[in-house]
Amino acid sequence: MAFEDQRTTVYKIDPEHPESESLPTLRTEELLLNMGPQHPSTHGVLKVILELEGERLVKSTPVMGYLHRGVEKLAEDGTYHQFIPHTDRLDYVCAMYNNFAYCRAVEKLLNLQVPERAEYLRTIVAEVQRIIGHQFWLGAQALDIGAMTVFFYTFRDREILLDWFNELCGARLTTSWYRIGGVERDLTPALIDKLKQFLEYFPAKIDEYQVFLEKNRIWIGRTKGVAVISAEDAVSFGLSGPVLRGSGVDYDLRKYEPYSAYPKCEFSVPVGKNGDTYDRYWIRVMELYESVKIIRQCLEQMQEGPIMADAPSVTLPPKERVFTNLEAMIQQFKLFSQGFDAPPGEIYCGTEAHKGELGFYIVSTGGGKPYRLKIRAPSFVHMGAFDHMARGYMISDACTIFGTYDIVMGECDR
Amino acid sequence: MHPLLDRIQQAFSSGITGLAEWRGDVAVTVSRDKLHEVAQFLRDDPWMDFDYIVHVSSVDWPDDEERFEVVWEFYSIRKRHRIRLKARVPESDCVVDSLTDLWKGADFMEREVYDMMGIRFRNHPDLRRILMPDDYTEGYPLRKDFPLRGKGWRDTFEFLDEISR
Repeated sequence: MAFEDQRTTVYKIDPEHPESESLPTLRTEELLLNMGPQHPSTHGVLKVILELEGERLVKSTPVMGYLHRGVEKLAEDGTYHQFIPHTDRLDYVCAMYNNFAYCRAVEKLLNLQVPERAEYLRTIVAEVQRIIGHQFWLGAQALDIGAMTVFFYTFRDREILLDWFNELCGARLTTSWYRIGGVERDLTPALIDKLKQFLEYFPAKIDEYQVFLEKNRIWIGRTKGVAVISAEDAVSFGLSGPVLRGSGVDYDLRKYEPYSAYPKCEFSVPVGKNGDTYDRYWIRVMELYESVKIIRQCLEQMQEGPIMADAPSVTLPPKERVFTNLEAMIQQFKLFSQGFDAPPGEIYCGTEAHKGELGFYIVSTGGGKPYRLKIRAPSFVHMGAFDHMARGYMISDACTIFGTYDIVMGECDR
Repeated sequence: MHPLLDRIQQAFSSGITGLAEWRGDVAVTVSRDKLHEVAQFLRDDPWMDFDYIVHVSSVDWPDDEERFEVVWEFYSIRKRHRIRLKARVPESDCVVDSLTDLWKGADFMEREVYDMMGIRFRNHPDLRRILMPDDYTEGYPLRKDFPLRGKGWRDTFEFLDEISR
Protein backbone atom coordinates (compact mmCIF):
# COMPACT_ATOMS: atom_id res chain seq x y z
CA MET A 1 0.00 0.00 0.00
CA ALA A 2 1.35 3.39 -0.93
CA PHE A 3 2.26 5.78 1.85
CA GLU A 4 -0.31 8.55 1.83
CA ASP A 5 0.46 11.90 3.27
CA GLN A 6 -0.59 15.41 2.48
CA ARG A 7 2.90 16.31 1.53
CA THR A 8 3.20 13.44 -0.91
CA THR A 9 3.07 14.46 -4.53
CA VAL A 10 3.04 12.02 -7.45
CA TYR A 11 4.73 13.19 -10.59
CA LYS A 12 4.48 11.75 -14.06
CA ILE A 13 7.95 11.50 -15.46
CA ASP A 14 6.87 13.02 -18.75
CA PRO A 15 3.20 13.99 -19.03
CA GLU A 16 3.58 14.92 -22.72
CA HIS A 17 4.68 11.43 -23.72
CA PRO A 18 2.04 9.55 -25.79
CA GLU A 19 2.31 6.53 -23.50
CA SER A 20 2.42 8.62 -20.34
CA GLU A 21 -0.18 6.45 -18.57
CA SER A 22 1.93 3.33 -18.72
CA LEU A 23 5.22 5.00 -17.66
CA PRO A 24 6.30 4.64 -14.03
CA THR A 25 5.56 7.58 -11.72
CA LEU A 26 7.80 9.41 -9.27
CA ARG A 27 6.71 10.18 -5.76
CA THR A 28 8.23 13.02 -3.75
CA GLU A 29 7.56 13.91 -0.16
CA GLU A 30 9.13 15.97 2.56
CA LEU A 31 11.42 13.90 4.69
CA LEU A 32 11.92 14.24 8.42
CA LEU A 33 15.45 13.53 9.55
CA ASN A 34 16.71 13.42 13.12
CA MET A 35 20.17 14.86 13.35
CA GLY A 36 21.52 13.95 16.74
CA PRO A 37 21.26 13.52 19.72
CA GLN A 38 24.61 11.86 19.14
CA HIS A 39 26.31 13.60 16.29
CA PRO A 40 29.97 14.60 16.28
CA SER A 41 29.36 18.12 15.08
CA THR A 42 26.83 19.14 17.71
CA HIS A 43 29.53 19.47 20.41
CA GLY A 44 27.38 17.93 23.06
CA VAL A 45 24.00 16.28 23.04
CA LEU A 46 21.62 18.13 20.77
CA LYS A 47 18.99 16.90 18.39
CA VAL A 48 17.67 18.85 15.46
CA ILE A 49 14.65 17.61 13.55
CA LEU A 50 15.21 18.58 9.94
CA GLU A 51 12.38 18.80 7.45
CA LEU A 52 13.90 18.19 4.08
CA GLU A 53 12.89 18.68 0.54
CA GLY A 54 15.47 16.75 -1.37
CA GLU A 55 18.67 17.85 0.31
CA ARG A 56 17.40 21.32 1.20
CA LEU A 57 16.36 22.26 4.72
CA VAL A 58 12.79 23.49 4.82
CA LYS A 59 12.44 23.76 8.56
CA SER A 60 14.54 22.72 11.50
CA THR A 61 13.42 22.28 15.07
CA PRO A 62 16.13 22.12 17.71
CA VAL A 63 15.36 19.73 20.59
CA MET A 64 17.46 20.72 23.55
CA GLY A 65 17.73 19.91 27.20
CA TYR A 66 19.71 16.67 27.10
CA LEU A 67 22.32 18.32 29.28
CA HIS A 68 19.92 20.20 31.54
CA ARG A 69 21.18 19.97 35.09
CA GLY A 70 19.09 22.63 36.76
CA VAL A 71 22.01 24.94 37.47
CA GLU A 72 19.69 27.89 38.13
CA LYS A 73 17.81 25.87 40.73
CA LEU A 74 21.06 24.73 42.33
CA ALA A 75 22.20 28.33 42.58
CA GLU A 76 19.24 29.14 44.79
CA ASP A 77 20.38 26.53 47.26
CA GLY A 78 24.03 27.52 47.63
CA THR A 79 25.88 30.59 48.83
CA TYR A 80 27.37 33.03 46.34
CA HIS A 81 30.85 31.60 46.82
CA GLN A 82 29.64 28.04 46.39
CA PHE A 83 28.25 28.76 42.98
CA ILE A 84 31.59 29.67 41.38
CA PRO A 85 32.59 26.06 40.55
CA HIS A 86 29.14 25.46 39.05
CA THR A 87 29.78 28.22 36.51
CA ASP A 88 32.80 26.26 35.21
CA ARG A 89 30.45 23.58 34.03
CA LEU A 90 28.31 25.91 31.96
CA ASP A 91 30.64 26.50 29.07
CA TYR A 92 33.20 23.87 29.97
CA VAL A 93 35.48 24.88 27.11
CA CYS A 94 35.94 28.34 28.58
CA ALA A 95 35.50 28.04 32.31
CA MET A 96 37.53 31.11 33.22
CA TYR A 97 35.26 33.51 31.41
CA ASN A 98 32.18 32.07 33.11
CA ASN A 99 33.78 32.56 36.52
CA PHE A 100 34.67 36.09 35.50
CA ALA A 101 31.14 36.92 34.37
CA TYR A 102 29.63 35.52 37.54
CA CYS A 103 32.07 37.24 39.90
CA ARG A 104 31.47 40.52 38.12
CA ALA A 105 27.72 40.15 38.57
CA VAL A 106 28.06 39.48 42.29
CA GLU A 107 30.46 42.40 42.66
CA LYS A 108 27.92 44.63 40.98
CA LEU A 109 25.31 43.41 43.44
CA LEU A 110 27.63 44.12 46.37
CA ASN A 111 29.03 47.31 44.85
CA LEU A 112 32.50 45.96 45.44
CA GLN A 113 35.62 47.56 43.98
CA VAL A 114 38.31 45.19 42.79
CA PRO A 115 41.94 46.34 43.23
CA GLU A 116 43.81 47.38 40.13
CA ARG A 117 46.27 44.52 39.97
CA ALA A 118 43.45 42.02 40.26
CA GLU A 119 41.68 43.74 37.37
CA TYR A 120 44.76 43.35 35.20
CA LEU A 121 45.20 39.72 36.22
CA ARG A 122 41.57 39.07 35.42
CA THR A 123 41.88 40.65 32.01
CA ILE A 124 45.04 38.71 31.18
CA VAL A 125 43.55 35.36 32.12
CA ALA A 126 40.23 36.16 30.44
CA GLU A 127 42.04 36.94 27.20
CA VAL A 128 44.11 33.77 27.48
CA GLN A 129 40.80 31.98 27.83
CA ARG A 130 39.46 33.76 24.78
CA ILE A 131 42.46 32.56 22.79
CA ILE A 132 41.79 28.99 23.98
CA GLY A 133 38.13 29.31 23.07
CA HIS A 134 38.83 30.62 19.59
CA GLN A 135 41.52 28.00 19.00
CA PHE A 136 39.08 25.31 19.99
CA TRP A 137 36.46 26.79 17.71
CA LEU A 138 38.83 27.10 14.79
CA GLY A 139 39.93 23.49 15.03
CA ALA A 140 36.56 21.96 15.75
CA GLN A 141 34.63 23.97 13.20
CA ALA A 142 37.06 23.13 10.43
CA LEU A 143 36.96 19.48 11.49
CA ASP A 144 33.17 19.47 11.35
CA ILE A 145 33.17 20.47 7.73
CA GLY A 146 35.99 18.21 6.71
CA ALA A 147 39.21 20.23 7.05
CA MET A 148 41.11 18.13 9.51
CA THR A 149 44.64 19.49 9.53
CA VAL A 150 44.13 22.78 11.33
CA PHE A 151 42.61 20.95 14.28
CA PHE A 152 45.97 19.41 15.19
CA TYR A 153 47.74 22.73 14.98
CA THR A 154 45.26 24.68 17.09
CA PHE A 155 45.14 21.93 19.68
CA ARG A 156 48.93 21.83 19.85
CA ASP A 157 48.98 25.50 20.84
CA ARG A 158 45.89 25.22 23.04
CA GLU A 159 47.73 22.55 25.03
CA ILE A 160 50.45 25.09 25.95
CA LEU A 161 47.85 27.42 27.44
CA LEU A 162 45.99 24.63 29.22
CA ASP A 163 49.25 23.61 30.87
CA TRP A 164 49.70 27.25 31.80
CA PHE A 165 46.26 27.19 33.44
CA ASN A 166 47.23 23.99 35.19
CA GLU A 167 50.23 25.72 36.70
CA LEU A 168 48.15 28.77 37.57
CA CYS A 169 45.30 27.10 39.42
CA GLY A 170 45.75 23.34 39.33
CA ALA A 171 43.13 22.58 36.71
CA ARG A 172 43.09 22.62 32.95
CA LEU A 173 39.42 22.97 32.11
CA THR A 174 37.26 23.43 35.18
CA THR A 175 39.37 26.14 36.68
CA SER A 176 37.65 28.29 39.36
CA TRP A 177 40.42 30.80 39.72
CA TYR A 178 38.33 33.95 39.95
CA ARG A 179 36.97 34.91 43.35
CA ILE A 180 34.37 37.45 44.38
CA GLY A 181 36.43 40.58 44.97
CA GLY A 182 39.58 39.48 43.20
CA VAL A 183 41.47 36.40 42.14
CA GLU A 184 42.65 33.33 43.98
CA ARG A 185 46.41 33.72 43.48
CA ASP A 186 48.90 35.92 41.74
CA LEU A 187 50.90 35.12 38.64
CA THR A 188 54.37 33.88 39.54
CA PRO A 189 57.38 35.26 37.61
CA ALA A 190 57.72 31.85 35.96
CA LEU A 191 54.17 32.02 34.70
CA ILE A 192 54.67 35.53 33.37
CA ASP A 193 57.80 34.39 31.53
CA LYS A 194 55.94 31.48 30.00
CA LEU A 195 53.13 33.73 28.89
CA LYS A 196 55.57 36.19 27.34
CA GLN A 197 57.23 33.34 25.47
CA PHE A 198 53.86 32.23 24.20
CA LEU A 199 53.02 35.74 23.01
CA GLU A 200 56.26 35.78 21.03
CA TYR A 201 55.51 32.41 19.51
CA PHE A 202 51.79 32.70 18.87
CA PRO A 203 51.19 35.41 16.18
CA ALA A 204 53.17 33.42 13.61
CA LYS A 205 51.00 30.43 14.44
CA ILE A 206 47.80 32.39 13.77
CA ASP A 207 49.14 33.11 10.28
CA GLU A 208 49.74 29.40 9.94
CA TYR A 209 46.13 28.51 10.80
CA GLN A 210 44.90 30.99 8.23
CA VAL A 211 47.03 29.45 5.49
CA PHE A 212 45.52 26.04 6.15
CA LEU A 213 41.99 27.29 5.78
CA GLU A 214 42.08 30.21 3.40
CA LYS A 215 43.96 28.22 0.76
CA ASN A 216 41.51 25.35 1.07
CA ARG A 217 38.96 25.70 -1.70
CA ILE A 218 36.54 23.23 -0.20
CA TRP A 219 36.55 24.96 3.17
CA ILE A 220 36.04 28.35 1.50
CA GLY A 221 33.19 26.95 -0.55
CA ARG A 222 31.51 25.63 2.55
CA THR A 223 31.81 28.83 4.58
CA LYS A 224 31.48 31.77 2.16
CA GLY A 225 27.85 32.69 1.74
CA VAL A 226 26.68 29.95 4.11
CA ALA A 227 24.34 30.67 7.04
CA VAL A 228 23.91 34.32 6.17
CA ILE A 229 21.97 36.48 8.61
CA SER A 230 21.23 40.15 8.08
CA ALA A 231 22.19 42.72 10.69
CA GLU A 232 18.57 43.53 11.43
CA ASP A 233 17.63 39.91 12.02
CA ALA A 234 20.74 39.24 14.06
CA VAL A 235 19.87 42.11 16.40
CA SER A 236 16.23 41.06 16.63
CA PHE A 237 17.24 37.51 17.56
CA GLY A 238 19.52 38.84 20.27
CA LEU A 239 22.64 37.23 18.84
CA SER A 240 25.91 38.44 20.29
CA GLY A 241 29.65 38.10 20.03
CA PRO A 242 31.30 37.19 16.72
CA VAL A 243 27.97 35.97 15.31
CA LEU A 244 26.47 39.44 15.64
CA ARG A 245 29.63 41.27 14.64
CA GLY A 246 29.88 39.09 11.54
CA SER A 247 26.70 40.76 10.32
CA GLY A 248 28.29 44.18 10.65
CA VAL A 249 26.86 45.23 14.02
CA ASP A 250 29.50 46.80 16.20
CA TYR A 251 28.55 45.44 19.60
CA ASP A 252 31.25 44.48 22.04
CA LEU A 253 30.75 44.98 25.76
CA ARG A 254 34.49 45.22 26.31
CA LYS A 255 34.38 48.42 24.31
CA TYR A 256 30.96 49.90 24.98
CA GLU A 257 30.38 48.95 28.60
CA PRO A 258 34.04 48.74 29.52
CA TYR A 259 34.97 46.71 32.56
CA SER A 260 38.09 45.41 34.28
CA ALA A 261 41.29 46.61 32.61
CA TYR A 262 39.84 46.78 29.09
CA PRO A 263 39.38 50.58 29.10
CA LYS A 264 43.12 50.96 29.76
CA CYS A 265 44.07 48.83 26.78
CA GLU A 266 44.05 49.77 23.15
CA PHE A 267 42.42 47.24 20.91
CA SER A 268 40.04 47.22 18.01
CA VAL A 269 36.84 45.27 17.51
CA PRO A 270 36.78 43.53 14.14
CA VAL A 271 33.41 43.79 12.41
CA GLY A 272 32.35 41.75 9.39
CA LYS A 273 30.28 42.71 6.37
CA ASN A 274 28.46 39.78 4.81
CA GLY A 275 27.08 38.01 7.88
CA ASP A 276 28.23 34.61 6.65
CA THR A 277 30.29 31.88 8.28
CA TYR A 278 33.46 33.10 6.64
CA ASP A 279 33.12 36.57 8.18
CA ARG A 280 32.58 35.07 11.60
CA TYR A 281 35.72 33.02 11.09
CA TRP A 282 37.64 36.11 10.07
CA ILE A 283 36.45 37.98 13.16
CA ARG A 284 37.57 35.22 15.47
CA VAL A 285 41.00 35.06 13.88
CA MET A 286 41.38 38.84 14.14
CA GLU A 287 40.32 38.62 17.78
CA LEU A 288 43.22 36.25 18.38
CA TYR A 289 45.61 39.03 17.33
CA GLU A 290 43.69 41.54 19.46
CA SER A 291 43.84 39.26 22.49
CA VAL A 292 47.61 38.99 22.11
CA LYS A 293 47.76 42.80 22.00
CA ILE A 294 45.60 43.15 25.13
CA ILE A 295 47.66 40.66 27.13
CA ARG A 296 50.90 42.41 26.11
CA GLN A 297 49.57 45.79 27.23
CA CYS A 298 48.29 44.39 30.52
CA LEU A 299 51.62 42.76 31.30
CA GLU A 300 53.36 46.06 30.64
CA GLN A 301 50.98 48.24 32.63
CA MET A 302 50.43 45.95 35.59
CA GLN A 303 51.79 47.27 38.90
CA GLU A 304 52.37 45.47 42.18
CA GLY A 305 49.46 45.55 44.57
CA PRO A 306 46.81 43.54 46.35
CA ILE A 307 44.89 40.93 44.39
CA MET A 308 41.82 40.82 46.59
CA ALA A 309 39.44 43.61 47.58
CA ASP A 310 39.72 44.84 51.15
CA ALA A 311 36.28 43.69 52.31
CA PRO A 312 36.83 40.87 54.81
CA SER A 313 33.11 40.35 55.38
CA VAL A 314 32.70 39.31 51.76
CA THR A 315 36.00 38.10 50.33
CA LEU A 316 37.76 34.91 51.22
CA PRO A 317 40.87 35.16 53.40
CA PRO A 318 44.16 34.20 51.67
CA LYS A 319 44.82 30.46 51.61
CA GLU A 320 48.05 30.65 53.67
CA ARG A 321 46.19 32.33 56.48
CA VAL A 322 43.36 29.80 56.36
CA PHE A 323 45.88 27.07 57.10
CA THR A 324 47.71 28.93 59.85
CA ASN A 325 45.23 31.20 61.53
CA LEU A 326 42.12 30.09 63.39
CA GLU A 327 40.07 33.25 62.74
CA ALA A 328 40.78 33.10 59.04
CA MET A 329 39.68 29.47 58.96
CA ILE A 330 36.44 30.26 60.76
CA GLN A 331 35.86 33.14 58.38
CA GLN A 332 36.41 30.92 55.35
CA PHE A 333 34.08 28.30 56.79
CA LYS A 334 31.37 30.87 57.50
CA LEU A 335 31.59 32.42 54.07
CA PHE A 336 31.10 29.07 52.42
CA SER A 337 28.43 27.64 54.69
CA GLN A 338 26.36 30.72 55.55
CA GLY A 339 27.56 33.23 53.03
CA PHE A 340 27.67 36.98 53.36
CA ASP A 341 24.70 39.23 53.69
CA ALA A 342 24.01 40.58 50.22
CA PRO A 343 21.86 43.72 49.94
CA PRO A 344 18.33 43.16 48.62
CA GLY A 345 17.90 44.19 45.02
CA GLU A 346 18.35 42.94 41.51
CA ILE A 347 21.04 43.43 38.92
CA TYR A 348 21.90 42.27 35.45
CA CYS A 349 25.52 42.15 34.45
CA GLY A 350 26.64 41.15 30.97
CA THR A 351 30.19 40.20 30.07
CA GLU A 352 31.64 39.69 26.62
CA ALA A 353 32.69 36.05 26.66
CA HIS A 354 34.24 34.68 23.48
CA LYS A 355 30.89 33.22 22.39
CA GLY A 356 28.88 36.34 23.03
CA GLU A 357 27.19 38.15 25.85
CA LEU A 358 27.21 35.97 28.95
CA GLY A 359 24.97 37.61 31.50
CA PHE A 360 23.86 36.93 35.03
CA TYR A 361 20.60 38.30 36.37
CA ILE A 362 20.61 38.02 40.16
CA VAL A 363 17.68 38.76 42.44
CA SER A 364 18.64 39.05 46.08
CA THR A 365 16.33 39.39 49.06
CA GLY A 366 19.24 39.73 51.46
CA GLY A 367 21.00 36.83 53.10
CA GLY A 368 23.70 34.52 51.86
CA LYS A 369 21.97 32.88 48.92
CA PRO A 370 20.64 34.36 45.68
CA TYR A 371 16.83 34.34 45.55
CA ARG A 372 16.89 33.83 41.81
CA LEU A 373 19.79 33.54 39.44
CA LYS A 374 19.24 33.55 35.72
CA ILE A 375 22.01 32.81 33.27
CA ARG A 376 21.80 34.47 29.91
CA ALA A 377 23.78 31.97 27.87
CA PRO A 378 24.80 33.03 24.35
CA SER A 379 24.58 29.46 23.01
CA PHE A 380 20.94 29.20 24.01
CA VAL A 381 20.03 32.49 22.38
CA HIS A 382 21.94 31.54 19.24
CA MET A 383 20.02 28.28 18.95
CA GLY A 384 16.87 30.37 18.67
CA ALA A 385 18.06 31.64 15.31
CA PHE A 386 19.00 28.20 14.00
CA ASP A 387 15.82 27.62 12.01
CA HIS A 388 15.98 31.09 10.49
CA MET A 389 19.61 30.70 9.44
CA ALA A 390 19.34 27.13 8.16
CA ARG A 391 16.40 27.55 5.79
CA GLY A 392 17.26 26.81 2.21
CA TYR A 393 20.71 25.39 2.88
CA MET A 394 21.84 21.77 2.49
CA ILE A 395 21.86 19.11 5.22
CA SER A 396 25.62 19.25 5.41
CA ASP A 397 25.42 23.00 6.07
CA ALA A 398 23.62 22.27 9.34
CA CYS A 399 27.04 21.25 10.71
CA THR A 400 28.48 24.56 9.54
CA ILE A 401 25.75 26.42 11.39
CA PHE A 402 26.32 24.60 14.68
CA GLY A 403 29.96 25.38 14.17
CA THR A 404 29.47 29.03 13.36
CA TYR A 405 27.70 29.62 16.69
CA ASP A 406 30.51 27.98 18.60
CA ILE A 407 27.84 26.10 20.47
CA VAL A 408 28.51 24.34 23.76
CA MET A 409 25.56 22.43 25.11
CA GLY A 410 26.57 22.68 28.75
CA GLU A 411 25.87 26.37 28.54
CA CYS A 412 22.86 26.05 26.26
CA ASP A 413 20.96 23.61 28.48
CA ARG A 414 22.36 24.75 31.82
CA MET B 1 15.37 60.52 37.84
CA HIS B 2 16.92 58.70 34.91
CA PRO B 3 15.93 60.34 31.58
CA LEU B 4 14.58 57.04 30.25
CA LEU B 5 12.23 56.70 33.19
CA ASP B 6 11.15 60.32 32.78
CA ARG B 7 10.22 59.74 29.20
CA ILE B 8 8.27 56.57 29.96
CA GLN B 9 6.36 58.33 32.70
CA GLN B 10 5.45 61.14 30.35
CA ALA B 11 4.32 58.79 27.60
CA PHE B 12 2.05 56.66 29.77
CA SER B 13 -0.47 58.14 32.17
CA SER B 14 -1.53 54.77 33.51
CA GLY B 15 -0.27 51.23 33.55
CA ILE B 16 3.19 52.00 34.96
CA THR B 17 3.26 50.61 38.48
CA GLY B 18 6.88 51.11 39.37
CA LEU B 19 10.07 52.85 38.28
CA ALA B 20 13.38 51.98 39.83
CA GLU B 21 17.05 52.65 39.42
CA TRP B 22 19.56 50.64 41.39
CA ARG B 23 23.27 50.05 40.79
CA GLY B 24 22.88 51.76 37.42
CA ASP B 25 20.17 49.36 36.25
CA VAL B 26 16.93 50.95 35.14
CA ALA B 27 13.72 48.99 35.70
CA VAL B 28 10.09 49.63 34.80
CA THR B 29 7.19 47.64 36.20
CA VAL B 30 4.03 47.67 34.12
CA SER B 31 0.59 46.22 34.60
CA ARG B 32 -0.09 43.14 32.54
CA ASP B 33 -2.62 44.64 30.16
CA LYS B 34 -0.28 47.50 29.19
CA LEU B 35 2.72 45.26 28.67
CA HIS B 36 2.62 44.91 24.91
CA GLU B 37 1.94 48.60 24.44
CA VAL B 38 4.90 49.64 26.59
CA ALA B 39 7.14 47.11 24.88
CA GLN B 40 6.14 48.47 21.50
CA PHE B 41 6.93 51.97 22.73
CA LEU B 42 10.35 50.82 23.99
CA ARG B 43 11.17 49.38 20.60
CA ASP B 44 9.76 52.05 18.30
CA ASP B 45 10.22 55.34 20.13
CA PRO B 46 13.30 57.10 18.70
CA TRP B 47 14.49 58.07 22.20
CA MET B 48 14.20 54.52 23.45
CA ASP B 49 15.19 52.50 20.38
CA PHE B 50 15.53 49.18 22.19
CA ASP B 51 16.16 46.89 19.25
CA TYR B 52 18.05 44.14 21.08
CA ILE B 53 16.52 41.61 23.45
CA VAL B 54 18.90 40.45 26.14
CA HIS B 55 16.93 37.91 28.14
CA VAL B 56 13.50 36.92 29.39
CA SER B 57 13.34 35.64 32.91
CA SER B 58 10.90 35.06 35.72
CA VAL B 59 10.87 35.26 39.49
CA ASP B 60 8.56 33.40 41.83
CA TRP B 61 7.26 35.24 44.93
CA PRO B 62 4.96 32.64 46.54
CA ASP B 63 3.72 34.94 49.31
CA ASP B 64 2.58 37.75 47.03
CA GLU B 65 -0.91 38.13 45.69
CA GLU B 66 0.41 38.31 42.14
CA ARG B 67 2.82 35.45 42.46
CA PHE B 68 5.02 35.58 39.36
CA GLU B 69 7.15 38.30 37.94
CA VAL B 70 8.20 38.14 34.31
CA VAL B 71 11.32 40.09 33.47
CA TRP B 72 12.53 41.29 30.08
CA GLU B 73 15.84 43.00 29.53
CA PHE B 74 16.47 45.16 26.48
CA TYR B 75 19.46 46.94 25.03
CA SER B 76 19.77 49.57 22.35
CA ILE B 77 22.58 48.95 19.89
CA ARG B 78 22.50 52.54 18.61
CA LYS B 79 21.86 54.42 21.85
CA ARG B 80 23.83 51.99 24.03
CA HIS B 81 21.54 51.90 27.02
CA ARG B 82 19.68 49.16 28.86
CA ILE B 83 16.31 48.79 30.46
CA ARG B 84 14.48 46.11 32.40
CA LEU B 85 10.75 45.61 31.95
CA LYS B 86 8.75 43.70 34.54
CA ALA B 87 5.15 42.56 34.82
CA ARG B 88 3.38 40.66 37.61
CA VAL B 89 1.09 37.69 36.98
CA PRO B 90 -1.23 35.95 39.48
CA GLU B 91 -1.04 32.17 39.80
CA SER B 92 -4.70 31.66 38.92
CA ASP B 93 -4.27 33.28 35.51
CA CYS B 94 -0.67 32.78 34.46
CA VAL B 95 -0.75 34.52 31.09
CA VAL B 96 1.13 37.47 29.61
CA ASP B 97 1.38 38.79 26.09
CA SER B 98 4.17 37.33 24.04
CA LEU B 99 6.67 39.78 22.61
CA THR B 100 7.76 37.49 19.79
CA ASP B 101 6.18 39.81 17.25
CA LEU B 102 8.50 42.62 18.37
CA TRP B 103 11.74 40.73 18.99
CA LYS B 104 12.30 37.42 17.21
CA GLY B 105 14.69 36.22 19.88
CA ALA B 106 11.87 36.25 22.44
CA ASP B 107 10.64 32.95 21.00
CA PHE B 108 13.10 30.60 22.69
CA MET B 109 13.49 32.78 25.77
CA GLU B 110 9.74 32.77 26.46
CA ARG B 111 9.60 29.04 25.89
CA GLU B 112 12.21 28.66 28.58
CA VAL B 113 10.20 30.77 31.00
CA TYR B 114 7.13 28.66 30.25
CA ASP B 115 9.10 25.49 30.76
CA MET B 116 10.72 26.53 34.01
CA MET B 117 8.01 28.62 35.65
CA GLY B 118 4.76 27.67 33.92
CA ILE B 119 3.86 31.14 32.69
CA ARG B 120 1.93 31.11 29.42
CA PHE B 121 2.53 33.61 26.65
CA ARG B 122 -0.45 34.74 24.63
CA ASN B 123 0.10 34.63 20.84
CA HIS B 124 3.37 32.74 21.12
CA PRO B 125 3.82 30.74 17.89
CA ASP B 126 5.14 27.55 19.42
CA LEU B 127 4.77 27.38 23.20
CA ARG B 128 6.26 24.03 24.16
CA ARG B 129 8.70 22.87 26.79
CA ILE B 130 12.25 23.47 25.72
CA LEU B 131 14.71 22.13 28.28
CA MET B 132 12.57 19.55 30.07
CA PRO B 133 11.13 16.62 28.08
CA ASP B 134 7.87 17.26 26.21
CA ASP B 135 6.04 14.65 28.28
CA TYR B 136 7.26 15.96 31.63
CA THR B 137 4.29 16.24 33.98
CA GLU B 138 5.91 16.86 37.34
CA GLY B 139 5.46 20.61 37.33
CA TYR B 140 7.69 23.60 36.76
CA PRO B 141 11.17 23.21 38.23
CA LEU B 142 12.05 26.78 39.09
CA ARG B 143 8.93 27.44 41.16
CA LYS B 144 9.78 27.82 44.81
CA ASP B 145 7.47 24.96 45.81
CA PHE B 146 9.32 22.53 43.56
CA PRO B 147 11.76 20.58 45.73
CA LEU B 148 15.47 20.74 44.90
CA ARG B 149 15.68 16.95 44.66
CA GLY B 150 12.88 16.83 42.09
CA LYS B 151 9.50 15.20 42.14
CA GLY B 152 7.92 11.96 41.01
CA TRP B 153 9.82 8.76 40.50
CA ARG B 154 12.97 10.20 42.05
CA ASP B 155 11.16 10.28 45.40
CA THR B 156 11.48 6.52 45.49
CA PHE B 157 15.28 6.73 45.47
CA GLU B 158 16.94 5.85 48.72
CA PHE B 159 19.06 8.81 49.74
CA LEU B 160 21.69 8.33 52.41
CA ASP B 161 21.14 10.82 55.16
CA GLU B 162 23.92 13.09 56.32
CA ILE B 163 24.89 11.06 59.38
CA SER B 164 25.11 7.58 57.93
CA ARG B 165 27.26 8.88 55.08
